[in-house]
Amino acid sequence: MKTQIRPALTIFALLTVITGVIYPLFVTGMSQVLFSSQANGSLIMADGKAVGSELIGQQFDDPKYFWGRLSAAGYNAAASSGSNYGPLNPALLDAVQMRIDALKAVDPESTLPIPVDLVTASASGLDPHISVAAALYQVSRVAAARGLSEADVQSLVEKYTEGRQFGFLGEPRVNVLLLNLALDEIQ
Amino acid sequence: MNLNSLFQIILYVVVLLLLAKPLGSFMARVYQGERTFLDRVLGPVERFIYRIAGVKADEDMDWKTYAIAVMLFNVLGLLAVYVFQRLQAFLPLNPQGLSAVTADSSWNTAVSFASNTNWQGYGGEVTMSYFSQMLGLTVQNFVSAATGMAVLVALIRGFVRHTAKGIGNFWVDLTRSTLYILLPLSIVLALALVSQGVVQTFSEYKTVALLQPTSDANGNAVTEQVLAVGPAASQIAIKQLGTNGGGFFNVNSAHPFENATPFSNFLEMLAILLIPAALCYTFGKMVGDTRQGWAILITMTIIFVTFLSLAVWAEQSGNPAFTKMGVDQVQTNINPGGNMEGKETRFGVANSALWATATTAASNGSVNSMHDSFMPLGGLVPLFMMQLGEIIFGGVGSGLYGMLAFVIVAVFISGLMVGRTPEYLGKKIEAFEMKMASLMLLIPILLAKVGTAIAVVTAAGLATIWNTGGPHGFSEVLYAFSSAANNNGSAFAGLGANNPFYNTALGICMLFARYWLIIPVLAIAGSLVQKKKIPASAGTLPTHTPLFIVWLIGVIMIVGALSFIPALALGPIVEHLMVIGG
Repeated sequence: MKTQIRPALTIFALLTVITGVIYPLFVTGMSQVLFSSQANGSLIMADGKAVGSELIGQQFDDPKYFWGRLSAAGYNAAASSGSNYGPLNPALLDAVQMRIDALKAVDPESTLPIPVDLVTASASGLDPHISVAAALYQVSRVAAARGLSEADVQSLVEKYTEGRQFGFLGEPRVNVLLLNLALDEIQ
Repeated sequence: MNLNSLFQIILYVVVLLLLAKPLGSFMARVYQGERTFLDRVLGPVERFIYRIAGVKADEDMDWKTYAIAVMLFNVLGLLAVYVFQRLQAFLPLNPQGLSAVTADSSWNTAVSFASNTNWQGYGGEVTMSYFSQMLGLTVQNFVSAATGMAVLVALIRGFVRHTAKGIGNFWVDLTRSTLYILLPLSIVLALALVSQGVVQTFSEYKTVALLQPTSDANGNAVTEQVLAVGPAASQIAIKQLGTNGGGFFNVNSAHPFENATPFSNFLEMLAILLIPAALCYTFGKMVGDTRQGWAILITMTIIFVTFLSLAVWAEQSGNPAFTKMGVDQVQTNINPGGNMEGKETRFGVANSALWATATTAASNGSVNSMHDSFMPLGGLVPLFMMQLGEIIFGGVGSGLYGMLAFVIVAVFISGLMVGRTPEYLGKKIEAFEMKMASLMLLIPILLAKVGTAIAVVTAAGLATIWNTGGPHGFSEVLYAFSSAANNNGSAFAGLGANNPFYNTALGICMLFARYWLIIPVLAIAGSLVQKKKIPASAGTLPTHTPLFIVWLIGVIMIVGALSFIPALALGPIVEHLMVIGG
């Protein structure tokens, strides 16, 4: 056993330096050179100011903006969290019902079925996207609130729709923050 | 499930199987001490390490020395992680000024990362300094994975060598696993992940403006959002590749900064099963009969695909309670449909169910969706995958040595049935091997069930169940102990586990589950390596045929089902009946 103590200590120390110091520093250096924007949080800059991250959702409940997923974290990007409600938890069903009521309250005329991702909480609490169906569901409300034509808003949704990556990976989706920034841009 | 979901799943399995051979034969070269294309760069580093450490690379250890080396090294790792967390307030690389982690949480995390479990009792961005993440956690991500691989290779040598004593040198196996396999793969994966948007920086957290100002719980206006960042990609790469699973952020790979796009998701999922699948080929190559490796890989794949289908179907079917409220859960080209609670839009249902199955088949435990919010049968799949012992691909190294324990049991039972002395790869399987293999099967089962039982009859265990008032709460506890007792690390995360009771109880489970399995594995290796090699005869049961694959699947399923169906009946199964009963 004694003969193994020296290798244990030295190899532990050396591998700590290699994998715990050199490796992350090397990856950071390469990333900052090759992919600087992504490595630093994919920030959206406007007039030299960071107005959000392309990858992190924000809270919206004003009818003139598109709304994102429900968030158990309140879109606090320093403390991510899902709801972790089981499928029969009354609190889950209450949260869904509250979202349905809120959507109906600002758009009483709509008879479209509500897409599921618009009434459920995301895993991270920071989901930047909604499904295309969830965006289309909100077009008439946002257009009315802004006095824009539905066709204009719809074409903006189409512009900010990302297809499946490479045509087959993941799900088609709309980035809520980018879409809302673009809306403010035109009006 | 639509065609696109099906395509993504098939693509995943096909790419995984295609990579098994090239990576597997590369790893065989590494473990047999042959030259590889990385020697030029890494050879000098490797020799430098041995020189400083006083290791003679060609000096073999018997199984007891090997076991002592494993234990010593792991104790050191455990202590280091504990000390770093306790002292992080005084250590550098702490831009957020985070204070020391509590004693019970530090103990839990230290055990968890040393044992390759990576149960995440803490929330990364609010608890761990960059120093703790890098020098504590990232290092253990590497070396705990390398430990598992080393132990597997020692076991393989037990089959390969005959009438010998030595099963290899742990220091060499550990160093070569880290330098030649884990490190290069991690660098490539980390950079690919950053290109997709995974963060990698030492800067403090970023502050951005909110487009629509909101107010907090006290009615104060909130106009800014703080974005937690950090050197995440480098840790995430090895967390996936080493079947570790402990996330940089609280929600693990559901966090957009940890898993930014569908492509980063594909790569991270691939990384979960990549090395475990390829090690099957390495095994076949090293024992001199690649058909043996393929037979095991096919066994794993069949079980994996079967349970994966159940998970995708359960999640895509959605929640009947939502349908009653008029919510549209039908999958179309513009609507992911299904049960989207606790899932990210960019991944949808298929990629969430695929990840959940892969991460629990392996001992990874990272998540890209919240398993606690899965439908009952969707959540049953990851739960049962862990309870099978994490041998369906399994952890790096640990998955295959766990599977080989099942093979020994399967060979032994079939030997009893036809009345012949059982043998595997030319080695007689006798009472000693059978005893050790049985220990490997029974210890995790015992830990999971006894742990759950204790938790559900004590006030401390019941106090932090999140989804109370039904079978789901029981599932949360059963999941936690199944996860710890199999070194997985994923959770039904509603359960409040960062408290003295769970930190201690789950820590104990993780410790026993890891090291009480490693010692029997090495004992088997030590026993096999002394035996003579017997040539195959007409009476030998071939272990690469479809018949044997079916037999092995049967043994695995019977052991798993007999052990856990009663417990599952009290949790997800009864909950499923409640869901369909309305």
